[in-house]
Formats: sequence, structure tokens, C-alpha cells
Amino acid sequence: MLKKLIEKARIKSPWLLHYDCSSCNGCDIEVLACLTPVYDIERFGIINVGNPLHADILLVTGTVNYRNRQVLLNLFDQMPAPKVVVAIGACALSGGIFREAYNVIGGVDRVIPVNVYVPGCPAKPEAIIDGVVLGLQTLAQKHKERKADAA
Amino acid sequence: MIDTAVFILIALTGGPLLGGFVSGLDRILTARFQSRIGPPLWQPFYDVVKLWGKENTVVNVWQAFCAYCYVAATSIALILFVLRSDLLLILFIQAVGAVFLVVGALSSTSPFSQVGAHRELLQILSYEPLLILVTIGIFLETGSFKIAGIYSWNEPLIMRLPFLFVVLGYALTVKLRKSPFDLSTSHHAHQELVKGLLTDYSGPILALTEIGHWYEVVLILGLCSLFWATNWIGMIVIVGVTYFFEVLIDNVSARLNWRWMLGYVWALGLSLSLVNLIWLYVD
Repeated sequence: MLKKLIEKARIKSPWLLHYDCSSCNGCDIEVLACLTPVYDIERFGIINVGNPLHADILLVTGTVNYRNRQVLLNLFDQMPAPKVVVAIGACALSGGIFREAYNVIGGVDRVIPVNVYVPGCPAKPEAIIDGVVLGLQTLAQKHKERKADAA
Repeated sequence: MIDTAVFILIALTGGPLLGGFVSGLDRILTARFQSRIGPPLWQPFYDVVKLWGKENTVVNVWQAFCAYCYVAATSIALILFVLRSDLLLILFIQAVGAVFLVVGALSSTSPFSQVGAHRELLQILSYEPLLILVTIGIFLETGSFKIAGIYSWNEPLIMRLPFLFVVLGYALTVKLRKSPFDLSTSHHAHQELVKGLLTDYSGPILALTEIGHWYEVVLILGLCSLFWATNWIGMIVIVGVTYFFEVLIDNVSARLNWRWMLGYVWALGLSLSLVNLIWLYVD
């Protein structure tokens, strides 16, 4: 009963942490657009928190390079389980047009495990919301897998 | 004896329930002020239940200990309020809870947490004298520190203590960490110092601090209700109007730094209380 409640609450109250690796800010503006009255994602209990210790979902935009790799890893490690990573925009997915640059490692999945990929340059707010919803399903799935592992 | 047990049970369960709904209402009102729809009313409960189910990462033992003490102190304060006990005792226990929250934040080495804790200490410093002055005003009028005595007073206190009610409103804004006095940590999506005081509280421990905060909210709204305790409608109206104004001020004002906070709250709060106390004394 309590477990079911927690599972439901998880889907109803995802707190986002948004990290801009080295994006052009296009995707970041679209992420923040989701919080504005037009899209108002707080309707679904989604809050943008600035603290990895409070976050459930990590939104990453931009390419990962050798400088911010450690920061991204740190943020991911500091988030308490269960957690989900959503990569947003072409750069976060694969490195985008910066893929061949000498300082770029590539997409986010080269450093941390990514659960949902949201394409676009920049990604549309609707697509980002879709991505977060998909991420929530992954969260529920993860919970079930953990229970199956324990059994 | 049975009565006491029932009252304790009501305070223990009703406190967080009411506090959660009040903060849900707060979020909806805030969203409406910003022309958004806002989350459902029971969103705060989802948040707390979710936090309860998260991985438990505590910085050190003291932090967890302090979080538990905070909840214990705030719930005891509310229980004493429901039992209509001594107002001074309630305020002191509430202050102990607030200090425990600060000590918990100080026990981690994170600079955000440290700065947040120091700012919270300044907030406590600014509202505590005001709360005591309000209590003194109530005592001068009714001749009792006991809530039972205050509730049985046959005239609404706000008629005789209007300035002290404004002072209580000030203290309430600081205590609830509403703008312009949300410098130690802030609610919702507008962040200060990452999360300031609450930076290093996470998962179930954060859920505990949230529950403690709900107890505090109910306690302070209870304090407001003392000012129109002659009938139920008056109590509900005065609490509702006060909280509405809190949320309104939260939304229309920017954050002040601590010098402004201390200056404003003390200069205005202390002088307003002094005026009201002199009025009571002369009258």
C-alpha cells in the first residue's frame, strides 16, 4: 500500500535539475519556457530545483567536453536514487555540429547513462515535456525492476 | 485524560494534514497570481511521499538527529497549542525547533548550507523579539499567557491590538520565509543559494523538515486566530485574510538582503509594538 503510494507520488512529483553542459542556450531557453504560463509544467507537480540532492530527473543540454565532464558526473552522482537522465537537443544526443571539435567528447551518454533522448535543434518545449513524461515511465519501470531483483 | 489523548492525536495528525493543504493552496494561489493553473491541491503530499521513498543520503548523523528534533519540537509546540497551554512555552519550544534546523544545516560543510544557516539565524533573530512582544501585548490585554484564557476573552483582541497584529504579520512573513524575507531558503521555483538552509537535507530527511514546516505553519496561523477568538467565523476569516496577504506579498515583492530585513523588521516591528503597548498601558 505504502509502496504503491510512493510509486504514484514519484510520477506526480518529479523535480527537475537542469544542467547546461556547453549549449548555445537555445535548448535552455526552451527548457525554461516549459515553466512559463504558456506550458506551466507545475500543473504536473514538476518543479525546477537547483540542487542535485533534491532532484529526480536530470535534464542535460549541450555537448559534453573535457572540462565539464567531471561536473556532469558529480551532479549525477549526487542525485539520490531513483533518478532519470533526459538528454535534450542534438548536441546532448550526439555532440551535434560540434561533434568533431577537439575539445568535445560527444553526447551525454558518453559520460552518464541516458534514459530518454529528446531530439531537436533546439528541442521544442512540447518535445521536452514529452521526454520528461517518458522519463517518468522509466522511473516506474526502474522501480519494478528493482522489486523483481529483490524478489 | 482521554480528552488530552484525543487532543494530542488531533494535533499530531491534523497539523500536517492542514499544513499540507495550506501549502497546496499557497502554490495554487501563487500560480494564479502568475496567470498559471498551478499544481493540484494535494501536491505537497505527493512531494513528501515521494521524498520519503527516495534513497536516504545523510551528510552525517547530526543532520538526521537535528531534522528529527525539529519535527519533534514543532509537533510538541502544536500539541501544546491544541491543549491550550502556555503561550510563552509554545514559543520557546518552537524556537528550539527552529534552532535545531539551523544546527542541522551547520553540521554539513557545504557553503550554501552554511550561508543559508547563518541567514536563518538572522531571520530567527528578527522575528523572535516580535513574537515575544505580541505575547506581552496579549498578556497586558487579557491578563493571561494561557491560550485557554485568551480564547475565553469576550472581545476580539484585534480591536485593542491592531498594531501588534501587523507586527505578527511581519513575523509571520519572516517565519514562513516568504518574499521579501526568503533569504535563508525559498519555496517553489525561485531559488536562493541553491536551496540555502535546506541544501544538504535530502530524501526522507527533507520530507521530515517539510512536515516540521507544516506544523509551524499551522501553529502560526493558530497564533493569528487568537486575535479574533470570539467566534469561529472571525477566526477563519482572520486566518484566511492574513494568509492571503502573505501569499500576495510573497508574489509582489523582491527579496531583500539581511541588512534590510533586520532594519525593516526591527524598526517597524519594534516601534509598532511599542506604540500598541503604550496605548494599552495608558488606556
